[in-house]
Amino acid sequence: MSNIREKISTVLPEAVIEDGEIMQVTVPDAKWHDFAKTLRDDRELSFDFLVTIVGMDWKENGMGCIYYFASTRHNSRISVKVMAGGDRERPLIHSIHDLWAIATVFEREVYDFFGIIFINNPDMRRLFLNIDWKGFPLRKDYDENPDINPVSIENERQTDFTDVWTETPDGKVEKHERRIFQPDDFVVNIGPQHPATHGVLRFRTAVDGEIIKKIDIYLGYIHRGVEKICEKDTYPQTLHFMDRLDYFSAHPYHHCLCMLIEEAAGIEISRRAQVIRVLMDELSRIASHCLFIGTYCMDLGATTMLFYTLRVREQILDIMERTCGARMTFNYDCIGGVMQDLHPDFVKDVHALLDVLPANIKEYNKIFTGNVIARNRMENVGVLTRKDAISWAVTGPNGRGSGWACDVRKCNPYSIYSELEFDEVVREECDSMARFKVRMDEMVQSARIIAQLIDNIPEGDYCVKVPKVLKLPVGHWFKTVEGCRGTFGIYLESDGGTMPYRLKIAPPCLPAAAVVDHITEGQKIADLITIGGSLDYIVPDIDR
Amino acid sequence: MEVTTKGMPYEAWKDNEYIEKLVKELQDSGVNVVVGSFDKLINWGRSNSIWPLTFATSCCGIEFVSLGAARYDMARFGWEVARASPRQADFMMVAGTIVHRMVPVFRRLYDQLAEPKYVIACGSCAISGGPFKKSYHVAMGIEDIVPVDVFIPGCPPRPEAMIYGIMQLSRKIKVEKFFGGVNRQEKQEEFLKAHPVAGVND
Repeated sequence: MSNIREKISTVLPEAVIEDGEIMQVTVPDAKWHDFAKTLRDDRELSFDFLVTIVGMDWKENGMGCIYYFASTRHNSRISVKVMAGGDRERPLIHSIHDLWAIATVFEREVYDFFGIIFINNPDMRRLFLNIDWKGFPLRKDYDENPDINPVSIENERQTDFTDVWTETPDGKVEKHERRIFQPDDFVVNIGPQHPATHGVLRFRTAVDGEIIKKIDIYLGYIHRGVEKICEKDTYPQTLHFMDRLDYFSAHPYHHCLCMLIEEAAGIEISRRAQVIRVLMDELSRIASHCLFIGTYCMDLGATTMLFYTLRVREQILDIMERTCGARMTFNYDCIGGVMQDLHPDFVKDVHALLDVLPANIKEYNKIFTGNVIARNRMENVGVLTRKDAISWAVTGPNGRGSGWACDVRKCNPYSIYSELEFDEVVREECDSMARFKVRMDEMVQSARIIAQLIDNIPEGDYCVKVPKVLKLPVGHWFKTVEGCRGTFGIYLESDGGTMPYRLKIAPPCLPAAAVVDHITEGQKIADLITIGGSLDYIVPDIDR
Repeated sequence: MEVTTKGMPYEAWKDNEYIEKLVKELQDSGVNVVVGSFDKLINWGRSNSIWPLTFATSCCGIEFVSLGAARYDMARFGWEVARASPRQADFMMVAGTIVHRMVPVFRRLYDQLAEPKYVIACGSCAISGGPFKKSYHVAMGIEDIVPVDVFIPGCPPRPEAMIYGIMQLSRKIKVEKFFGGVNRQEKQEEFLKAHPVAGVND
């Protein structure tokens, strides 16, 4: 940490450095692009993974962004705060899209919510909202009157052009129009109502015969504005939205926000609650991967697999239902522990699951993994190299299928993961088959974690006493966990009240969907289904 | 007349008042005995093979997948033929939140369904906006966009609740007047008159 500090103060003396769990550096916008280049390329720093960009509106103190970076070489993390130049009508920040590929999409998201314009970003369109949407919803002075942006059954206006803002040498910022597709491109529309896009996702696909030239990803068909609603809710009320983002990772996402709030409020939870949370996280990981395998095989034409994999998933849902009282949106983790104690039969049920799981996984492999049709459709299809995976911030099983050891449980262990014995599954083939096999092997590792804990659940309180009205001190926190689909992060800023000042959700599925354009370029259109399926994105998690 | 379906005892249904109202309407309208018998025969066929549209936006859609799998097995009731194209489907189960951007797409899907068509609002988001009531980008209930036949509350509803909901729909189909009734497009025309689309002349 200290050498990073020294390095930064030599590179950029005017940077304000603030220590904390994650160091925060405040950089003026004029020096930002050069500084970002140093952050990425310097060997001692080498922050090559852009975790998220948090747009911020500090009312009269201006607007800006907080960038979170991680280094895959040194396993360190840093955050950079950049205040936007210009006025409130037109706040400006320099883009870093040429350094981290995923920044193009992250910056579009910030533009959509805050209206901050990124100079030189090649695609400064809105990401989730309509072209004609009035106002920027996450600004603090946004007018939510439904008459301003009414529900309309008329088709929304579409355009083939996007904006690019460039800076002239004398410092003037100008707007240009740029074509998204070439004038003679043949564009096919896939989605939003399509059974193989796994939800309401839309690809505008330019094709040359069967070959994909470019995909323009069109999001927002399930954008529910969770981040804004959270600002209007008290801390315990914000929790239940975590169930409804990636509904397969309900437990890990809850775990993340609970840990974050507990850390901010200084609440220590019991060992029993921690063990229960980890058990639930790993059970949901198995259930989630089961459903992935089922639906993915169904996309490839093997409908039978869905019935086999859902058998295990239903067994896990039964276990959860007995303890949590619901099949999907559990709302089980709460601030201070968990909602209720375990069901008396929990241990017995989990043992029954562990007994049947190996045989089931063997069966899946026998039916599908070795199948010659499956292998032909998946091997060497949709290759994503390690370098690209990091640049596009594709984490989770997708990143590990590309040879990037990015498991948060290993590199930034939280809860009790550092005490547990399990292997991080990493494969080097980088194709759809690797992503499939990583998930298959992760089920085995999750079962291993569960087996270590299930007979040693300590006695004690399942929930500690928490003040009825919870107020967090002034400050900001950032926490990541390993969801079922990758690194899930939450940024929380408090102004000392009972509600969050800003709660930013960094989902793993947004990069996974954004990278589709990059992977599919030059591939056959039939492989789009294979590639999209293997990335396993959940659309409500992308759109929030 | 006791209207039931799939051998479920009439007393076991929770809400018989509305179906009795529909029966009364049907009896009051009066048809001749031949047309009435054909109505009954056709409705028997229709109510036992209602095909859903594969349409899901969020969490409820996953419960719909569970409904299709072996444990809940909607094939027992003749609903398993989920169609990807609205032109081949009988009803649309709106499983999940409908947001501003989705509304025109959703409305177009509804318009593409072949008559007679039915809509089930599944889950609290589709019914009223549910947990996202305070959102700036969620349509507060789909009833303003399309006419709804059955509401299934829950967040998400359990597969059993979905079975009950679709059975209610099939019961409703049984007491419809087919000839001169639902085989005509009157219902949709009425609705379109009440909800005009600016610039589109249907």
